[in-house]
Amino acid sequence: MQKITGDILIEKASALLSSGTVSCVLGWKKGEFGYDVTPAVFSSVEELERDFVYNDFCGANFSKYLVSKTRKLEGKILVFLKPCDTYSFNQLLSEHRFDREKVYAIGIPCEGMVDISKVKATVGEGISSIDTDGDNLLVSTLYDEEPVAVDFKSVLAERCINCKSKKHVAYDELLGEEGDVIENSRFDEVARIEALTPDERFAFWQNELSRCIRCNACRDACPACTCEKCVFDNPASGVENKSPANSFEEKLFHIIRAYHVAGRCTDCGECSRVCPQNIPLHLLNRKFIKDMNEFYGEYQAGEEVGMRAPLVSYTTEDLEPGEALTRRDTDA
Amino acid sequence: MRKCSLDKINLLFAEIAKNAVLYLPVDENDGSAVYKKWEDGTAYSNALNTVRSPKDFFFPQTENLMGFKTLGKTIEVIDTRVEPDDFVIFGVRACDVRSFDILDRVFLSEPVDSFYASRRNHGIIISMACTRPSETCFCKTFGIDPAEPQGDISAWKTETEVFFKSNTAKGENLLTALDGILEDCDNNEVDAQKAKINAVMNRLPLKNLTTDGFGGGKTAEIFDSPKWEELSESCLGCGTCTFVCPTCQCYDIKDFNTGTGVIRFRCWDSCMYSDFTKMAHGNNRNTQKERFRQRFMHKLVYYPENNEEIFSCVGCGRCLSKCPISMNIVKVMKEIGGNKGE
Ligand code: SF4
Ligand code: SF4
Ligand code: SF4
Ligand code: SF4
Repeated sequence: MQKITGDILIEKASALLSSGTVSCVLGWKKGEFGYDVTPAVFSSVEELERDFVYNDFCGANFSKYLVSKTRKLEGKILVFLKPCDTYSFNQLLSEHRFDREKVYAIGIPCEGMVDISKVKATVGEGISSIDTDGDNLLVSTLYDEEPVAVDFKSVLAERCINCKSKKHVAYDELLGEEGDVIENSRFDEVARIEALTPDERFAFWQNELSRCIRCNACRDACPACTCEKCVFDNPASGVENKSPANSFEEKLFHIIRAYHVAGRCTDCGECSRVCPQNIPLHLLNRKFIKDMNEFYGEYQAGEEVGMRAPLVSYTTEDLEPGEALTRRDTDA
Repeated sequence: MRKCSLDKINLLFAEIAKNAVLYLPVDENDGSAVYKKWEDGTAYSNALNTVRSPKDFFFPQTENLMGFKTLGKTIEVIDTRVEPDDFVIFGVRACDVRSFDILDRVFLSEPVDSFYASRRNHGIIISMACTRPSETCFCKTFGIDPAEPQGDISAWKTETEVFFKSNTAKGENLLTALDGILEDCDNNEVDAQKAKINAVMNRLPLKNLTTDGFGGGKTAEIFDSPKWEELSESCLGCGTCTFVCPTCQCYDIKDFNTGTGVIRFRCWDSCMYSDFTKMAHGNNRNTQKERFRQRFMHKLVYYPENNEEIFSCVGCGRCLSKCPISMNIVKVMKEIGGNKGE
């Protein structure tokens, strides 16, 4: 398969800009150290040629940006979507969060994105550049004479190790070959936690959530969190908080958020990617997804536009209240 | 100069912990480091720095200021203040030591913030020279020398030994109390260590970054720069940068209804938030561009304007590595200041 490079994307984007099909491009802008790319809007071929980059660190999911950018910018926006991003894209369309007519979506295949903190855990601080060589990353540091070879697979982001689909569920145009929904082990860790005793489980989450600094990055990056005014930002709500008043509130924020995105979370993994405290937030969401799959039948948010999520559609086969508990006890 | 061998470091920690609570960077399971209370068996981390900065010790994320209880028609005001125990923070990097000076200028100027002041009085800082700075470090831009960290006591670590030098009376007293473990020595090894660090500093990618274009009096020139729009374009407004920053100092005071009374507490606030400094008339910064600009104008223009040209960034690099979209003060300095740092 042809590897998608920055040059291919620049060429594509330049052609669409020049022909007037789109008026701007949502893409990744070069940083200082190779891995620190920033989502940016490009409106000319010169800008693309100067700053556009596509590498193993382009993990940011652009779908959510379409909510604000389609309102703000004139004309059509070109957006590049990885397979996982397309699920968020559809989910947002189901929720009528942006105007599909204002977007030109190009699906790009993806072999997984790298988690820079894993690279640093392997080679240490002081990275000066990162190149790719087959299945390895070649990491040059300020402290090693020769670049250090790091196995690409060993530094993949968690969500990419457990990738659920290489298939794009939405696009106007696809680059490369289409992939498939794939077998994955994303619920293994959830099952492990389910098997713990209630006390152990409490201790697990206590330890994880007590590290939260309430920066709200998880919420702000989440494509399912697109309320115009989050209840936690609204001084009139009575629960607005910049940091938890006590440890009960600390957990409440995460539990409320997990409930609010239940059935809408596509498991894109942005929350865990952005958390500065490395809290495994995806496990909370996956627990909800796993339960819904078991209780109401398999469901993947964002698979198609306009699907009825299990929690907002009633069928006579639905679980009776309380049955979840009995099922859990008999399973155990 | 005094020293002890690395094998004896736990003895040293135990001795310090006899008279004060000792905090030091400790490794977490995920590979990051965090300040934790030392107990027998706690291992000192080799990480360059902690994700959360040590400003937490003096300016915690939340703290109770006072409480209220209503009894019929009277309101009882409850003093919730707890005097801190004496504590020692070990292993503070040069950048973070400077951050305390920056906070002091805010919290210790009149009217003195007594909560902050009391923590400052009870704390002793033992700094640690850096041996392996990160590509994200740019302390030198602000005149900070990682080979010569300040604090009550400065420390240097080699493969086998740790060296100490006191800078204040508080620091000297502590070193004297550790006499049984420390031995006197000359400066040779520390000088060699410093030379090594300086050699590394000259290879850092941000070594030539300067503050050109910023400082007091620059408001008119850069406030309306069209570049703010572009720089803030994809900012999520999450506030991660402000919460990991050792010098961000803004807070809010809020009341928490406990059901039986009210606890008045203060908590960190962030200029990146939509309700920051919201007042009865509404908000004075309605777009993310304005909020984003505030953070950098404060660090690079307003603070120096009010504080003898001292910038309120210490170049620790935390916002560089933690921003979800990799936007940060270095990119702002290069774009707005026009200095490409090359
Ligand atoms: S991103 Fe992490 S630290 Fe920030 S609010 Fe979410 S869980 Fe807490
Ligand atoms: S602005 Fe960034 S680099 Fe500067 S002190 Fe704050 S976190 Fe560190
Ligand atoms: S910014 Fe300077 S003092 Fe701080 S950790 Fe890096 S090298 Fe050390
Ligand atoms: S600059 Fe980065 S860390 Fe700061 S608020 Fe914006 S997105 Fe969050």
